[in-house]
Amino acid sequence: MLQTNLKHLLSAKDLEETLTTNENVMVCCGRMGPMCIPVYEVMDELQGEYSHVAFRDMEFDTRDADVIRNLPECSNFRGLPFTVYFKNGKVVKATSSIQNRDQVTSILDSQFSAKAVTK
Amino acid sequence: MSPTLFDAIVIGAGPAGLTAGIYLARAKMRTLILNEGAVGGQLVLTHEVANYPGVESTSGYQLASVMKNQAKKFGCTIKSNVSVTKMDLGGEIKAIQINGRETFTAPAVILAPGGRSRTLGVPGEEEFRGKGISYCATCDGDFFQDKNIIVVGGGNSALEEAVSLTKYAASVTIVHQFDHFQAFAHAVEEAKRNPKISFVMESTIAEFIGHESLERVRIKHIPTGALTETSIDGVFIFIGYVPNTETLRGLVDLNQAEEITVSPLLQTSVPGVFAAGDSITKRYRQITTAVADGTVAALSAIDYVRNVGESRRVEENIGVS
Repeated sequence: MLQTNLKHLLSAKDLEETLTTNENVMVCCGRMGPMCIPVYEVMDELQGEYSHVAFRDMEFDTRDADVIRNLPECSNFRGLPFTVYFKNGKVVKATSSIQNRDQVTSILDSQFSAKAVTK
Repeated sequence: MSPTLFDAIVIGAGPAGLTAGIYLARAKMRTLILNEGAVGGQLVLTHEVANYPGVESTSGYQLASVMKNQAKKFGCTIKSNVSVTKMDLGGEIKAIQINGRETFTAPAVILAPGGRSRTLGVPGEEEFRGKGISYCATCDGDFFQDKNIIVVGGGNSALEEAVSLTKYAASVTIVHQFDHFQAFAHAVEEAKRNPKISFVMESTIAEFIGHESLERVRIKHIPTGALTETSIDGVFIFIGYVPNTETLRGLVDLNQAEEITVSPLLQTSVPGVFAAGDSITKRYRQITTAVADGTVAALSAIDYVRNVGESRRVEENIGVS
């Protein structure tokens, strides 16, 4: 299991349930590696600010992670992590390799509208 | 105390910044650590750390996590993934603005912004990052099983990673800008002995080309300027680091390599501003040297803050009498 503060998707069924019960979902599928850890950290910090988005991670090397690995949107990806954004159960954006806070928030703001809570 | 007023602000949360935070907080300094990326800096990019004294073997992430927890336990406030939008370092009280809206002040600042992987900066590099271009062999090597790849660079990292990538790749071509390598002789020898590795010297990548993912590269032979195009499945880039000091230009003295110049006590050109870690002028950049820098910078900052406080009290007493 990934050592992060995020909720983990442990199976394909977990993903399905998450997509059914949440309009906006961001899933980071990776390992505890140097390109993945910064993305998990960004997601963890954004959880409070983007309460209308469900942030999840998934271990890349599990069998069920093929629900992410085999997405057509990830077919050209050759760098971890695979990060996928879902709206109403559909993929609206996917990125490969490390992303910083600005890159992530730019996608969240454009795909899921601006933050629900601003201070 | 105002939530925005501190005794010291540390910019950067790699080994240098976190160590500075630990020393400052243990000395009862109200300490804020600001970090533009993930806590740990370049340290989290290291899969295995085997040369940190007292720790036989650990991952960079684990070591960074322990350092972060120590800093927090001693009372540091840590804000990571923030954007430092303004710095006023000139006065007796320094002011640091983050995210364009919050400003924090302190009499002392320690700059420990670290560095980042150098990129080639050529067309296609950003577009194909994660789609054929990688900066981490251990992360992405297995995507290139039986593929033909290029490794760019001539230092220890480039040659060692090239050898490790032969576990996966059908062939590895090392492209290097000089006619000789900067790596240690044993690393060069190991690469030369590997039958999967070939070399293209005095050359550099001029352009990455593809559609959905990387398909070809244009290689430039530097002495002649001749360009050749080669089909390739992946390119791994290991060409060193650059200091994260762009936002410090004009605020503190930098050398030609954009590194912060410091005194032996890690004082910068501005009183009350200290610097530590990979962004300062020095020869060896290791976790241990960053930790040492963080220690020295913190102790210098503590001394400075106490002297400033003492001077202020003397001035106030003189004013009263």
